Amino acid sequence: MIRFEHVTKSYPGTTRPALGDVSIEIEKGEFVFLVGASGSGKSSLLRLMLKEERPTSGEIHVLGKRLSALPSRKVPYFRRQLGVVFQDFRLLPNKTVYDNVAFTLQVIGKSRGFIQEAVPDALKTVGLAGKANRMPHELSGGEQQRVAIARAVVNKPAILLADEPTGNLDPETSEGIMSLLTRINLGGTTVVMATHDAGIVNRMQRRVVELITGRVVRDERQGGYQTQVLPVAPTAAPVPESVHLPVAHAETAAYPATGAYGIAREANA
Amino acid sequence: MRIGLVLGEAFNGLRRNASMVVSVILVTFISLTFVGVAMLLQGQITAMKGYWFDRAQVEIAFCGSIDTAGGCDGAAATPEEIAAVQAELAAEPLASYVERVESLTPEQVYAQTLPVYEGNPVAEFLTPEMLGAITRVTLHDPANADVVVESIQGFAGVLEVKDQRQYLEPIFAMLNAGSAAAIGVAVLMLIAAVLLIATTIRLSAFSRRRELAIMRLVGASNRFIETPFVLEGVFAALLGSILAGGALVAIVQFFVKGSVGATLGGGGILVGVSDAVAIVPVIVLIGILLAALSASVAIRRYLKV
Repeated sequence: MIRFEHVTKSYPGTTRPALGDVSIEIEKGEFVFLVGASGSGKSSLLRLMLKEERPTSGEIHVLGKRLSALPSRKVPYFRRQLGVVFQDFRLLPNKTVYDNVAFTLQVIGKSRGFIQEAVPDALKTVGLAGKANRMPHELSGGEQQRVAIARAVVNKPAILLADEPTGNLDPETSEGIMSLLTRINLGGTTVVMATHDAGIVNRMQRRVVELITGRVVRDERQGGYQTQVLPVAPTAAPVPESVHLPVAHAETAAYPATGAYGIAREANA
Repeated sequence: MRIGLVLGEAFNGLRRNASMVVSVILVTFISLTFVGVAMLLQGQITAMKGYWFDRAQVEIAFCGSIDTAGGCDGAAATPEEIAAVQAELAAEPLASYVERVESLTPEQVYAQTLPVYEGNPVAEFLTPEMLGAITRVTLHDPANADVVVESIQGFAGVLEVKDQRQYLEPIFAMLNAGSAAAIGVAVLMLIAAVLLIATTIRLSAFSRRRELAIMRLVGASNRFIETPFVLEGVFAALLGSILAGGALVAIVQFFVKGSVGATLGGGGILVGVSDAVAIVPVIVLIGILLAALSASVAIRRYLKV
């Protein structure tokens, strides 16, 4: 579904790469948390998945497409298969809830009939069926994020990318958003969520990929925000190659996501 | 559905950016008016050249009794000398260039010249012998005047051979300078118009950056995103170029025909309203193409897609 092969991303004018030699694989239907401090590379990872940025080196495959080989005129059609949700909702303030969701479908050329069926359906999924004609500023933060989620899933994407979707919300509202995302995930949509929220990660017990200064230091099935099986690598200095991936644990507790690539790298080392 | 949406977006952009759009309209209006004036002036020059040059002749002035310049030595040209020149004109190679030869005897020249000096004491001293004979040669193609001038110049008894076109040159030089100035202003104004359209489009895109970000995120095709902006630029330029077209027709109607025409009485040799109407589509096309080009380059660079 999503596969990163030795992906490095450096921004011009910086010495340390935002992402260094990241290799992960996410399967269809998974729910994956990306955790790590601010600046650890979570958002860069999501942007690379959307082809909003190009990796400096390495290959990225999303939905069976090698992104480096995807011509820029086909990028819009590729993005239609992905839904994205942000911390700051990014709704259009001068459009109603209904129009915000419908806008997505209008700009990709869906028919009026399709829109009239799909939009109320999506609003019902997120629990806002009665608020279609409200303006965004009349809604609470949690409701606005639901609108954003409705907009992201109205076109039935295969993958939903969420960049700290609960970052602006109180714990109770966050819980509601998480159960909504869980429901969407149960419907077959792969969900990748970057978050700081330790409580949510610990409660959900899903796959956790931890990034520190642009490197994957942990990839654990049913993990918590902090690892239970090995101490967190020191964050001050760049992570040395030896603790880059805890391969010894990969065979037992950690999720063998990097698979062949992780082992191949270990063999080289 | 999609066409309606694209048009709606374009209209929204125009409404939000009204003051910039008005300035685009004005700048395209002025610049294209100058382009049109330059084109009309060129048309005027061509028309006048055609009209006057067809009537321009080569004038061969024979010596009079007081001439000492050219091939003259203070004696009037003899009939033999005149006959020799006329024989040269009638023989090849000159004969093939010459359409018509008109010869005036000194007496005929005198009769034509006398009214010019009426009331002037000079008239009392003037005799036909002083003036000498004149032969006027009309050519099939006035551009070949040099051939006749070169051939006849050295003949005995010939004072000078003049290409009448040289009398017209200062007029055309002036018109050409006017045309060049109009082209210069037009080019500068067109550059300003193109840059202004690009800036306006960038501004319009900036004011809609939220929508643009969402459109790109959800996978609206590049053409769908760009088209409203290009239409916006084209619409403003279209209005400006239609105004310019109207201004050109008005200039020809009221200034060239009304004012200049009344002074010169030029009639057929001045540009007419039909000429102005004929260049209106060209002006509109130039306006639309420039606007479409600069708008699409501007929006592409803004979006970096």
